[in-house]
Amino acid sequence: MLDTVSAASKPMIEISGLRKSFGNFEALKSISLNVQEGEFFSLLGPSGCGKTTLLRLLAGFGEQTAGTIAIDGQDMTGRPANRRPTNMVFQSYAIFPHMNVEENVGYGLKRLKLDRQEEQRRVREALDRVELGALGKRRANELSGGQRQRVALARALVMRPKVLLLDEPLSALDKKLREQMQVELRHLQKAVGITFILVTHDQYEALALSDRVAIMFDGQVAQVGTPKDIYQNPVSRKVADFLGGMNFVDAEIAEENGVSLTLDAAGFGRVRAPKPQGYQSMGRQITLGIRPERLRVLWDDDQAEHQIGGQVIDRHYFGEVTQLIVEIPGFKAPLAVTETNDFGADDIPVGSAIRLAYDPDALVAMND
Amino acid sequence: MTLLRKAGASWLPIYAGLYLLFLYLPVLLLPVFSVNASAIPVFPLKGLTFDWYRSLAGNDALINALWNSLLVGVASALLATVLGICAARAITRYRFRGRRPMTAVIMAPLFLPEIIIAISLLMVAMQLGLGLSLILVIFGHVLICLPYSATVLISGFEGFDPSFEEASADLGETAFGTLTRVTLPILMPAIISSLLVSFTISLDEFIIAFFLSGSEPTLPIYIWGQLRFPAKLPGVLALGTLMLLASLLLLTFAEMLRRRAAKRTQLDGGFHA
Repeated sequence: MLDTVSAASKPMIEISGLRKSFGNFEALKSISLNVQEGEFFSLLGPSGCGKTTLLRLLAGFGEQTAGTIAIDGQDMTGRPANRRPTNMVFQSYAIFPHMNVEENVGYGLKRLKLDRQEEQRRVREALDRVELGALGKRRANELSGGQRQRVALARALVMRPKVLLLDEPLSALDKKLREQMQVELRHLQKAVGITFILVTHDQYEALALSDRVAIMFDGQVAQVGTPKDIYQNPVSRKVADFLGGMNFVDAEIAEENGVSLTLDAAGFGRVRAPKPQGYQSMGRQITLGIRPERLRVLWDDDQAEHQIGGQVIDRHYFGEVTQLIVEIPGFKAPLAVTETNDFGADDIPVGSAIRLAYDPDALVAMND
Repeated sequence: MTLLRKAGASWLPIYAGLYLLFLYLPVLLLPVFSVNASAIPVFPLKGLTFDWYRSLAGNDALINALWNSLLVGVASALLATVLGICAARAITRYRFRGRRPMTAVIMAPLFLPEIIIAISLLMVAMQLGLGLSLILVIFGHVLICLPYSATVLISGFEGFDPSFEEASADLGETAFGTLTRVTLPILMPAIISSLLVSFTISLDEFIIAFFLSGSEPTLPIYIWGQLRFPAKLPGVLALGTLMLLASLLLLTFAEMLRRRAAKRTQLDGGFHA
């Protein structure tokens, strides 16, 4: 639908200096973000981080305290929800209970005063798009959770918005259906080419679906980047922690240049790591991190260029993987190691000595 | 213990039967005597007649009173429901200073004796130099209907997901369009219940109407006036029978609505955010 060049060159949403207060509570503290046309963009964060507030400001529910939002180059300040080029999929889906599926999907079209045939054609097209073509006459209370979600999607997409806003659309579905809908949502977005903004607290959902993710804490954006980027190079302990397991190790800065740091860490020795985004010198201490799956168990006489030895103090079995908790002499906290079970990691006895291999490139320096 | 339970088990149906008889037998006598050929309501019955019903049709004073009652009932129901909608929406949707006191003030007429309300309204009307009229009765009835209509509507609004209205606005609809296309239709069962409850309360209200209606009697006032003449009694019985039928119909209608609404909310309740 959209070639990457134009997608990269044209911002669909420009948010600058956006603030929102409810009484004394600052829900958003100066947010600035750009989202490109055709991008699948996620707002990820724990509950209360302001991600839903931000989405609602984009939709036009409530007025910002300061700052501006522009959509497709037009300032949205003071423009109510019914005159914005956005449509929303609500967390509760908000399917009108007194209407059937077709009437729900056609709800917004009625305002456009299309001729009847065109209106019906667009409703049908939207329903087919979400594979609900056969259920047009069903009432809202005769639909399953997944079907309601599709109706909500069709009802928003039929308006041909410039931006589709999704407020935790999958959180009410059970795990299996959620995973299936994730795939469909991704395909749908590619097919229609509309900019999607997804609000979620589920890091796997954000990583699996998005072109880019903004991680939010306490009304601020902590990091923006591609899923791979934010997972592999989190700027702070908080971001790293939120995105999955991470081992934290204290390190001392030995040298520093424009882009990288040379660090000394007990057990890992001297390593070089890129400076984290927004790095500010805070003395000689810094946190180094390594993901549990980037540590590998060395069996029998296996050798690796970079290895570290310790003792297994605990073991957790997760089916396809086992997590070992390994105490390393000289470390403040034990390391967590995730190992697939195909070589028998689930049989390593607690208390046994163990050696772990690591890639120094997997060590990331982080702000606190 | 078992003995007691046994005794209870055999006596309970008898007690329940007697209780129901006591409650409803007098009401059932109404239609029976209304078709009795004799004007005196005693057994044995003298023969079947529909004369008393026929006489109602030609009774101008009665028709006038019925008309007054319907007018007052419909007006009170509409006013109480409109005010109830505003109050219920404010109470359920917004958190504002004075929300609890306001709710208490709306509910207060439930606990005030009607005769006090009637006398105070009468005094105010006199002080302001307003003549007694049905309009004053309507005001009085709105006052006593409002607690009931507000209660019904508050529970309606509590089950109403605010994101319905947001979804409507998001899809391009104006505030007024949202009201007529989404809010009112979804709340229709509660609104109809409120109308019915208010109408019924107004229809058989006596004290306020007695104090304030002046020369325009409502149906209860008319009936009360008729009771002083023994010869008019069968007519009153016939009228009572018709009113009984009308309330049964109204009740059935209300129950059907309630079930429909209950079914909708029940099936809709599958989602918990």
